[in-house]
Amino acid sequence: MTKNVQSQSANLNSDLLYVARRREQLTLIGLTSPALICIFLVIFIPVGWLFSLSFLSTDGSLSLENYQKMIEYKSYARVFQATFKVSFFTTILCILIGYPLAYFLSQLPKKYVGLFLLTVLLPFWTSLLVRTYAWLVLLQRKGLINNFAIEVGLWDAPIKFAHNLNGTLIGMVHIMLPFMVLPLYAAMQRIDRQTIHAAANLGANPFQSFWNVFVPLSLSGVVAGSLIVFVLCLGFYVTPAVLGGGKVILVSMQITAILEDQFNWGAASALGVVLLVATLAILILASRLLRLESVMFGRH
Amino acid sequence: MKNQNENQEVDGKTSLPISITDLTKTYGKVFALNSVSIEVEAGEFLTLLGPSGSGKTTLLMAIAGFNRPDSGSIVFGKKEMILMPPHKRDVGMVFQNYALFPHMSVFENVAFPLKIRQVALHDRKMRVAEALDTVQLSDFANRRIDQLSGGQRQRVALARAFVFRPRILLMDEPLSALDKKLREQMQIELKQLHRQLGVTTVYVTHDQREALTMSDRIAVINDGKITQLGTPKQIYNAPSNSFVADFIGESSVIPLEMGDSDKLFFQKQEVARIEKNQSHRLWSLVIRPERLTPISANKKHSKNFIIFKGKITELVFQGETALAIVQVSQNYSLSMRYNTKAAGTMEELAIGQLVSMSLDKNDVIIIPRES
Repeated sequence: MTKNVQSQSANLNSDLLYVARRREQLTLIGLTSPALICIFLVIFIPVGWLFSLSFLSTDGSLSLENYQKMIEYKSYARVFQATFKVSFFTTILCILIGYPLAYFLSQLPKKYVGLFLLTVLLPFWTSLLVRTYAWLVLLQRKGLINNFAIEVGLWDAPIKFAHNLNGTLIGMVHIMLPFMVLPLYAAMQRIDRQTIHAAANLGANPFQSFWNVFVPLSLSGVVAGSLIVFVLCLGFYVTPAVLGGGKVILVSMQITAILEDQFNWGAASALGVVLLVATLAILILASRLLRLESVMFGRH
Repeated sequence: MKNQNENQEVDGKTSLPISITDLTKTYGKVFALNSVSIEVEAGEFLTLLGPSGSGKTTLLMAIAGFNRPDSGSIVFGKKEMILMPPHKRDVGMVFQNYALFPHMSVFENVAFPLKIRQVALHDRKMRVAEALDTVQLSDFANRRIDQLSGGQRQRVALARAFVFRPRILLMDEPLSALDKKLREQMQIELKQLHRQLGVTTVYVTHDQREALTMSDRIAVINDGKITQLGTPKQIYNAPSNSFVADFIGESSVIPLEMGDSDKLFFQKQEVARIEKNQSHRLWSLVIRPERLTPISANKKHSKNFIIFKGKITELVFQGETALAIVQVSQNYSLSMRYNTKAAGTMEELAIGQLVSMSLDKNDVIIIPRES
């Protein structure tokens, strides 16, 4: 008896429902296709073109010349090393500065959070170039900071802040900080305050409950923020170019140099491809790490 | 039993009394706690019962040390706790949403208070195993928290709260997130656990049935004050004011007329006597629905019963019992709960029918009426 009812209900209106489902799928494809076409035109075609360019030698024949050069010449290795070093230090500094800031934001009463978040986001609304040159004004040999410090007597001779690694890091950290603070704040925001109360109730002093409960639960934010900052740093051009003063050469600057001096699209493309592959490798590694972490901490 | 013996070995005491005096806490101009005083005896299971916003959770959080009262005193045993930070109070607590650590396994969660207290690893493992055994979660030690059901999380939170042998246990609506069946099962388990551990327990709930089931004593809280304190039977059978009468169990409240002397009447029947020279003149009668019995109209009845007559306006079948709303006067109706099986012996009740109901004079509850 029940079997009868089931088989009947399986056929009832099934054709109409199938057509409705198909129509829904087609509508979805129709609606998303403009965006997909855009992405294809703007991203995949140029990247593919770059990729193919990188396998062309200066005379236009197919070769691995551009990649061989990268292995042969020590200068390339130094550039990649510098890029990763600067990105790494920027990320570490961003964590060190961003974590307390995000913690402060997460502990604020709700009504003040907006105001303070605004101060974090405000730099986003001014031009990158303006901010970078502003740092140059502050940091250079006879800049505001050196002049003031010497006037007050903090130090005697001007300290070299600009046109070296110091300046590059200061500028980059300043510009990257919001990308660290926002994911950190989001992660801290999600932490249930009751768990911190529970830790205290179970005998943990404020430091112990911070270290054993709050920090582990905020790690997902640290990983996400670090990833964004690190990847953005790898391809960063304007700030290191201006504040590094030619002393700090990163991959992006090397690409410009090759294009400007030698007009060698193949070599420049090869550098771009290697950087892209390195970035992808880091992203894949990090997503593994993130998934691992989400398994460990039970977050999805 | 095993647990209890070990507990006593610690330093001879398994539980501490709590003495709260004149505790006041305001939020702006609102009194969350208005000069609350209460003595919780050692080993007692006391429930703070009240509607949301009554101040019951504020009181519990003050005992745990999570909010700072404006004035008053909280003493555990003989020690003043009012300025003690929460991590030094040494009380176990089960939070409303359990507040388990999502980045730790079940074992690590339960071991946390022991780790903080620097209990040696060997002892730690033994005591966690024992605690998990008590809450029947031995096989789940290595599970992650998100792999547990609501009931299992509840048990982990419980094990974590008593594994370090606190002498006071606090619970903030620990069963409110569970479904009805599991909740009733856990109520009995909590009760058994309390008997086994012998620890002073303060339990917060808004569920009056839960409070009646589990408590040694109940403190009914409303508007930041304790309106009545007593055993479940006292609270249920002798509510001292209309709030308690209304909040605990179902009840009908009808006004009584004052006779010439000290007698109170409803429709010319004497319902109760009050003490002579009582200054309060206005009284109401509280009737629990299950204390009313349907009787056939012509039947003779003894002087010990009060008879109400009225018309049935609503009938609700609820399984083993049924509820009838009976209009007994222009403005007042009574609820009557009767056994469906027993009612079968007389003619079936129906909406619109006239019915007589009897109330034993021993079951009469009178409360003072304002205005």
